[in-house]
Amino acid sequence: MAYNLKKEVEKKERLAGGHRLCAGCGAGVAVRGVLRALEPEDKAVVANATSCLEVSTFMYPYTAYEDSYIHTAFENAAATLSGVEAAYKVMKKRGKIQDTFKFIAFGGDGGTYDIGLQSLSGAMERNHDMVYVCYDNEAYMNTGIQRSSSTPRYADATTSPVGTVSPGKLQNKKNLTEIIAAHNVPYAAQTTFIGNFKDLHEKSHKAIYTKGACFLNVLAPCPRGWRYEAEDLAEICQLAVDTCVWPLYEIENGKWKLTYEPKKKKPVEEFLAKQGRFKHMFRPGNEWMIENTQEYVDVEWKKLLKKCK
Amino acid sequence: MAIRDRMSGNEAVAMAMKQVNPDVMGAFPITPSTEIPQYFSEYIANGLVDTEFIAVESEHSAMSTCMGASAAGARAVTATSSAGLALMWELLYVAASSRLPITMAVVNRALTGPININNDHSDSMGARDSGWLQMYAETNQEVYDNFIQGILISEACRLPIMICQDGFITSHGVSNIDLIEDEKVKEFVGEYRPENYLLKHENPLAVGPYGVSPYYMEIKRQQAQAMKDAMPVIRDVAEKFEDMTGRSYGFFEEYMMDDAEVALVIIGSSAGTGKEAVDRLRAEGKKVGLIKLRVFRPFPRIPLAEAMCKVKAVAIMDKAESFSNSGGPLFNEARNSLYDLENKPYAVNYIYGLGGRDITVEDFYDIYQDLFVIYDNDDPGDVYRYIGVRDSRFK
Repeated sequence: MAYNLKKEVEKKERLAGGHRLCAGCGAGVAVRGVLRALEPEDKAVVANATSCLEVSTFMYPYTAYEDSYIHTAFENAAATLSGVEAAYKVMKKRGKIQDTFKFIAFGGDGGTYDIGLQSLSGAMERNHDMVYVCYDNEAYMNTGIQRSSSTPRYADATTSPVGTVSPGKLQNKKNLTEIIAAHNVPYAAQTTFIGNFKDLHEKSHKAIYTKGACFLNVLAPCPRGWRYEAEDLAEICQLAVDTCVWPLYEIENGKWKLTYEPKKKKPVEEFLAKQGRFKHMFRPGNEWMIENTQEYVDVEWKKLLKKCK
Repeated sequence: MAIRDRMSGNEAVAMAMKQVNPDVMGAFPITPSTEIPQYFSEYIANGLVDTEFIAVESEHSAMSTCMGASAAGARAVTATSSAGLALMWELLYVAASSRLPITMAVVNRALTGPININNDHSDSMGARDSGWLQMYAETNQEVYDNFIQGILISEACRLPIMICQDGFITSHGVSNIDLIEDEKVKEFVGEYRPENYLLKHENPLAVGPYGVSPYYMEIKRQQAQAMKDAMPVIRDVAEKFEDMTGRSYGFFEEYMMDDAEVALVIIGSSAGTGKEAVDRLRAEGKKVGLIKLRVFRPFPRIPLAEAMCKVKAVAIMDKAESFSNSGGPLFNEARNSLYDLENKPYAVNYIYGLGGRDITVEDFYDIYQDLFVIYDNDDPGDVYRYIGVRDSRFK
C-alpha cells in the first residue's frame, strides 16, 4: 500500500505528548516517526541509552511511552535490548508468551558513535532481531554540547570551542552507517525528516520488519547545540540532504541504494549558514573552512555514488 | 537418592545451571570462570538445555543482556571473575536498583594491578556496596548448593545475587560431590513468575527511570529494606533445601565454637585449612574454634556478633585489602557488629592470601597462638595485620 502521511498520523501515538524535550528538537520527531512504522497490532519494547531523550521521556513516575520500555545505562542500549530479545525468543519457544513483540533501541550519537559503539557492534554481529536507531544530533547535547566523534569538522562545541587559535572541531565526522554496514547486517540506512516523512517511515518499516539486526541513522538536529530557531528544523534537514552533507541511502543485504538524489546539489554554505555552531566560518578570512567543508562533502558524495551504482 | 560424583567447582556450577535450565545466559570468557560458560555451551550444543545463550563481546554487555532478559521476564544467569566483574561495576548498581533477580557465579580472583589470575576476594568485596546479595563457599558442594538456593533467594527478594567461590582452589579443584536429581532441582526452583515484566501481555512496563531527588532516596531505602528482608528469606530457603537434601546451611558455620576461647572468622576455601589447624590445636587441648561466613550480603550483624562473643579474642581474616588504613572489609563490618555488646572479644584483622598467596595450617596455628597471647596479656596490639607477606619491613 502506498505511503499516505494522513493515514499514518491517524494511528495511535506511541510516544505521548507532555514529555520534556525542547521545542524544535529532532529526537522526539525521530522516535514518533520510527514508532509510527510499527503495525498497530504489534507490541514493542523500546530501549534507550542515557540521553536527552531518556531523561525527558521517562522521569519517574511518568513515562511517555505507550509500549514497554527499558533504560539501564549510557553505553549499553544495544546489549540491554539483546537480552530482552533473547528472553522473547526463549519465552516464546517455551510457550510463556503469545504476542508479537518488536525491539527498538534509541541512542544519541554520544551513546552510539562513541561510548556505545562496542555494545552496538556486538549486538549487530550477533544479529539479534532488533532495530537500533541512532538519533544523531552531532554532539553530547544532554551534558551541554560537548563534541563527539559525530560532530562535523569546524563545528563549535564546548570541548572543541572556537578560539583565537582554534577553528572549532579539528576532525571529520565518523561514518557510522558505513561501519554498521561493514557488519553485513541485513539492513542499514541513513535518513532524516524531509517532506512528508516517507523516507523515514519506509526505512523504519523495513528495519522493524526485516529479520535480524537492523540499523537506522537519523539526523536529528538540536536547536540548542546547532543554534537555530525551533521552527527551522524541517528546513535544516532538507538543506542537509540537498547539500549532500547527509545523504539518504540504504544498504539492504549488501546492496547500496541512494534513496534521494537532489535535483541540484546545493552549496554547503546554505546548510551551514542556518546554524550558530558554524557562524565563525563566515567571518572574513575563514573562507578556507567553507572551501574545505565543500571539498570534503564532494569527495564523500562521489564515494557514495560509486557504492550505489 | 543423591548422585555421588566428582567434579570441579566450575563444573558443579555449570551442572546446577543445567539442572535449573534458565531462560537466558549472557557470558564472556575470563579466567578462572570461563569453564562455566564452556560447560554450559556444551550442554546447549548437545540439546541438554534450551537456554538462550548470548556470547557477548564484554562483561559489560553480559550484565546488560542479563538485565534486559530479567526485566523482560526471563530467569537470567551469568558467570565472571575479577576484571570482568569490575567491568560490570556500573551495571551492578543498576541491576540492584531495578530490582532484577539475576544469579551470577563469581569465581573470585584478584583484581589487576598488577595482573594476577589467582584467588583472592578483592573482586566481589569491591562490589560489596552495589546492592547485590553475596554468598561464599568453602567447597564444591557448597557452591553447587548455594547456586541452587541462590536462584530462589534472588527471585524472592527481587535482588541480584553473587554466588562466590575461590578461583582455582575450588573452581578447578576436583572433589567428591552429592548432586541432586534433575527433577528435584527443577521442582525446588520452580518456574520464574515475576509480577511485572516487559513482555507481559496485559500491561506495558517501564524500567530504569530518571529518578530525581524527590524519588531517588525512597528507591534506595526500599533497596536497603529488601536487603534486610533477605535475612528470613535466606533462612527459609535453607530450610527448604535441608528438607530436600539433609544438608544444613546458615548465615555462617560454627566449627568447634561451643567451648572455644579464641576463634577465626573467615570466608571461603581457606576455612578448610583453618579447620585443620583447629583439629590439631584441639588435639593439644587448646580450646579454639572457627566461624566460616557464608552470607556476606546481607551482613548477619546480630547473629555473627553473638557467635563471636562466645570467645575472648577473634582473628578476622580478609582475603582483600581495602586500603582504608583500618583493615579489610570483613574486619570492619564484623568488628563494627561487636560495638554495642558489653562482653565483646578482642578483634584483630589479618590480611592474607592476596593474589593467590598460599596460607598454610602453620599460618593458622601461628594466628591462634597470637590470639592466646592477646587474651593472656589483655592487649590486642596493632589490630591491622598481615600474614604471609615476605617483605621483611612488614613482618
